[in-house]
Amino acid sequence: MSAIGWIPRGIILGLFAFAIFGPLANLALWAAAEQWYFPFKLPVVYGLKFWYQVFKPSSDALKSLGTSVVIALLTVAVSLALAIPAGYALARLSLPFRGLIMLAFLLPQAFPSVAVYINVARIFYSFGLNGTTMGVVLVHAVHGLVFAVWIAAAAFAAVDRDLELAARNIGAGALRAFFTVTLPLAAPGIVASAIFVFLESLDEFTGTFFVGVPDVTTLPLLMFTASVAGNYQIAAITALILLIPSVGFMLFVERFLKADVLSKVGA
Amino acid sequence: MHNPRLIGFLLVAPALVAVGALFVYPLGFSVASAFTSKEGVATLGNFYRAFELYSVDIAFTLVIVGVSTLICGAFAIAIGGYLTLGENPRAVAILKWLYRWPLFIPFIVAAQCMRTFVAKNGLMNNTLVATGILEPIQTTSLLDWRGIVITFVWKQTPFVALLVAGAMASLDRSTIEAARNLGAGRLRILIEIVTPQVLPTLVVALILSFVTMMSVLSVPIMISGESPTMMTVDMAFRINAYGDYGTANALGVLSYLMTGAVAWIYLRRGMREGGRP
Repeated sequence: MSAIGWIPRGIILGLFAFAIFGPLANLALWAAAEQWYFPFKLPVVYGLKFWYQVFKPSSDALKSLGTSVVIALLTVAVSLALAIPAGYALARLSLPFRGLIMLAFLLPQAFPSVAVYINVARIFYSFGLNGTTMGVVLVHAVHGLVFAVWIAAAAFAAVDRDLELAARNIGAGALRAFFTVTLPLAAPGIVASAIFVFLESLDEFTGTFFVGVPDVTTLPLLMFTASVAGNYQIAAITALILLIPSVGFMLFVERFLKADVLSKVGA
Repeated sequence: MHNPRLIGFLLVAPALVAVGALFVYPLGFSVASAFTSKEGVATLGNFYRAFELYSVDIAFTLVIVGVSTLICGAFAIAIGGYLTLGENPRAVAILKWLYRWPLFIPFIVAAQCMRTFVAKNGLMNNTLVATGILEPIQTTSLLDWRGIVITFVWKQTPFVALLVAGAMASLDRSTIEAARNLGAGRLRILIEIVTPQVLPTLVVALILSFVTMMSVLSVPIMISGESPTMMTVDMAFRINAYGDYGTANALGVLSYLMTGAVAWIYLRRGMREGGRP
């Protein structure tokens, strides 16, 4: 029974694996191909020529990787600066309309965003923010704020209140208790939210497409330009660079986001 | 400094102001602009032009996103169902390891993968020809609205399946065991017992996916930039080619209405059942 059972099981799992990994394999082949044209089913010449082109100093790709990382780090800084106080207040202080406030942070994810970004770009234009790093950072930060605030609120809610009270009882002020007890205990959850926000920013395309032009070229924009121009090798290599942190996070997400915090997200 | 409500409000205020200034205000701006002519007069002209030029794409957007959402839901139930009811631990472990890969892959990378994979001479057709399933003459490029659906399903199914499988795993096993003892097959248990209980989670996951797919610009541009395509491509085109904010915003308002309608159906269902949505 069990040996026969593996025939349909194996076929279905095999087809599923092909559907999942086939597109990724095609990307990997393009990244390793120097020449590949019709009617050949596999690359004609393999090689690293295009890797040198991408990774040579002063290449456009390295420059936009730098831009992407700087923007993502600034986005994390801005959204944590907004989310840590907000998350603490939502978890610990009795706020009127708490549910509505939580929902307000979901808004940027709850509407189709293309039309909104078009108008953000129009508004930013009059402030001189179009085509600036700061403009792109602001757009990314608001988009990621729902993760930052909700996860921070869940992380603070998971901290045992008695530990804070103990610190207060032995004479620590409210701020001192927060920075020496509450914040360190909530840190793993907040790091998880920071990683979420970092990845969201690193991968973001639409907002940068409208607000970043013409001066801010992040890695997704460079990949898009290369792909549309038919330069599949450069597009595939930059796509692989974008894949590494995404897949890494997928494999380790459970280590960062513990079940006790996860169960309180959005609550 | 002893009023916790005031302190709480002050702590939340900066984040709320950011959402207000950088999202709610531009959102209102886009709605107002959709109903205003270039001369600043209230008008429905932008909507007439949007329908006149893009009615095909408006319909295709609904079809593409709707079909993708339904397929995602079906796959997610199948994956979650096998993870919950599967009897072979090794096959369950393999599936669990397999299905999550596209979860955090950016849409634009997914689009680049599919742009090559489902092309006429892509790896998919090449493999089908090499294994003798297709003749070379039968291969077609799927780089049109079908390619957009394939990319969306590939990218979004893991998200829906993750939530659905989580909800299924936390179900009370006793109803499943009871049905099994009464001789019900696994497919019947999945459809009649497990799925109804995880329906709220499934619907939330599908609505979030619907909105996400409505917002994606990179996939339709890269898979199929020519008509019939999605409204997001048309919006970008109106802006970049003509600076035509009126028509672009009218299309934007239509996309808000589509997601709004989906959310409304969900909320109404929740209220009719008397439970929380």
